[in-house]
Amino acid sequence: MKLIVAYIQPEKLNAVKQSLYDKDIFKISVTNALGCGQQKGYHESYRGVDIEVNLLKKVRIEIAVNDDFVQPTIDAIVSGARSGKIGDGKIFVMALDDCIRIRTGETGNAAIG
Amino acid sequence: MSGSVGRFCMLAAGVLLAGAGAACAQEDGGGVSAEMFTINNLWMMVATFLVFVMHLGFATVETGLTRAKNTVNILFKNTAIVAIGLLTYTLVGFNLMYPGEVGTDWNGFLGFAGFGVGTDAAGLTSAYNVGYTYWTDFLFQGMFAATAATIVSGAVAERVKLGPFLIFSTIYVALVYPAVGSWKWGGGWLAERGFHDFAGSTLVHSVGGWAALAGVLLLGPRFGKYLNGKIRPIMGHNMPLLTIGVFLLWLGWFGFNGGSVLSADPGAVSYVLTTTSLAAAAGIIGSMIVSWIVQKKPDLTMVLNGCLAGLVGITAGADLVGIRVAILIGMICGGVAVLSVMLFDKLRIDDPVGATTVHLVCGVLGTLFVGVFAHGATHAATGGELGYTISIGTQLLGIASYAAVCFPAALLIFGVLKATVGIRVHEDEEIKGLDIGEHGMEAYGGFQIFISQ
Repeated sequence: MKLIVAYIQPEKLNAVKQSLYDKDIFKISVTNALGCGQQKGYHESYRGVDIEVNLLKKVRIEIAVNDDFVQPTIDAIVSGARSGKIGDGKIFVMALDDCIRIRTGETGNAAIG
Repeated sequence: MSGSVGRFCMLAAGVLLAGAGAACAQEDGGGVSAEMFTINNLWMMVATFLVFVMHLGFATVETGLTRAKNTVNILFKNTAIVAIGLLTYTLVGFNLMYPGEVGTDWNGFLGFAGFGVGTDAAGLTSAYNVGYTYWTDFLFQGMFAATAATIVSGAVAERVKLGPFLIFSTIYVALVYPAVGSWKWGGGWLAERGFHDFAGSTLVHSVGGWAALAGVLLLGPRFGKYLNGKIRPIMGHNMPLLTIGVFLLWLGWFGFNGGSVLSADPGAVSYVLTTTSLAAAAGIIGSMIVSWIVQKKPDLTMVLNGCLAGLVGITAGADLVGIRVAILIGMICGGVAVLSVMLFDKLRIDDPVGATTVHLVCGVLGTLFVGVFAHGATHAATGGELGYTISIGTQLLGIASYAAVCFPAALLIFGVLKATVGIRVHEDEEIKGLDIGEHGMEAYGGFQIFISQ
């Protein structure tokens, strides 16, 4: 079991959801995120004073998958989120100790699927 | 009119100006007493305030129906347009729209009485007009001019470049709106033929609507609106602001239509306010019924558009049609508004706020309904003589004439701007939002906004 966390450009969310859906990956959590990486920030100004904004708006996706779904999930996220420009984001893959479905009490692989 | 003057004199003598009753007998040359003139002028100034408030209504409606990331841009455009509208109206608009007497000063198509505004002492008395002074006349009409330009703003929102848009608005409101307005309200050729447009379903709303359509066609849809042959909804971010705006517009319409009586005539003004309100109410019910049937659940944005549709629809004939017809017009316009918004979407004409539906489609319908429901009428509903006979043919001629000039003129101005400086922001800027791209500023500091469209 793995936990896949990806940070992507907000406007790519719909494309990523679609490509995940195409690979039968339906379970996904999404949160609003701010972050900075290689992509430079931009300038705002408020009442004549310059502001350097370097925390950019991103979207964080979390998906818990069984091992055989790890690569398809990664492929789907990459195909949906890649534009080739700096700022497309990153994917992190982590080991996942356990998973429990609250409604049924199922654990492990059965709870994820 | 004479009966109402008498009543107002008693009121003025007994309540407003106790002890000044004798003044009622005195007239200052314009055919009304000084008190009546003051009351007329006061109502016209109140109407001016109400039309002014409509700009806040337009601003909040457009803000509510668009995304949070474009809010500063929308508010900025609406602020700038009020200024542009009023100042250009001062410089050229007023004298283009009201060039003088046909046959002596101008030909009925295009006339110009000179740059700037100003009047002699007679302009401050009822010798100018029994209903208002020169300055009230100017300011009331100036507020109208600015509304015509504001209509375009919502339709082209979320993708139009700020600078070119402001250039467009300046040219359109300075030259096109007053020039075509003179055909009817300036006593021009359509007025001579008996075209009836009481408060501007055609003169204001369709003039703005044709420009909105031209702008949308040349701009193209917002990024992501039509994808893989499907329509993707782009949701507005603030329904309370939208609702506030619609109620402000309804309030403003009391001045827009009520002021178009051009005096405080008690019968005519109260009647016009009644037809106006009933059409708005019927617009809500009409759109509610259609929305509930077609969309399965009643859509607040459609119903609020339907309210405005009813208001635009009754504007041409608010003084003329009967109470039942006013309700019918409101209901039809409200119902049509829902279908029209969906049809424009099907045609890939992306108008974020439904301005083409509300102002163009319902402006045209309202003008046409005057001919349909009041064909042959020679008097207003409260008895005032029109001086001409209403006919469907003339109403159609009026609608077509405005279309024939306004749409090509707007296409030309937007087209030239598109070919030279460009009218659309870069796709990256559109994605990030025009607030950052055009203004380097966000509307909701301290809030986290989820932007995935």
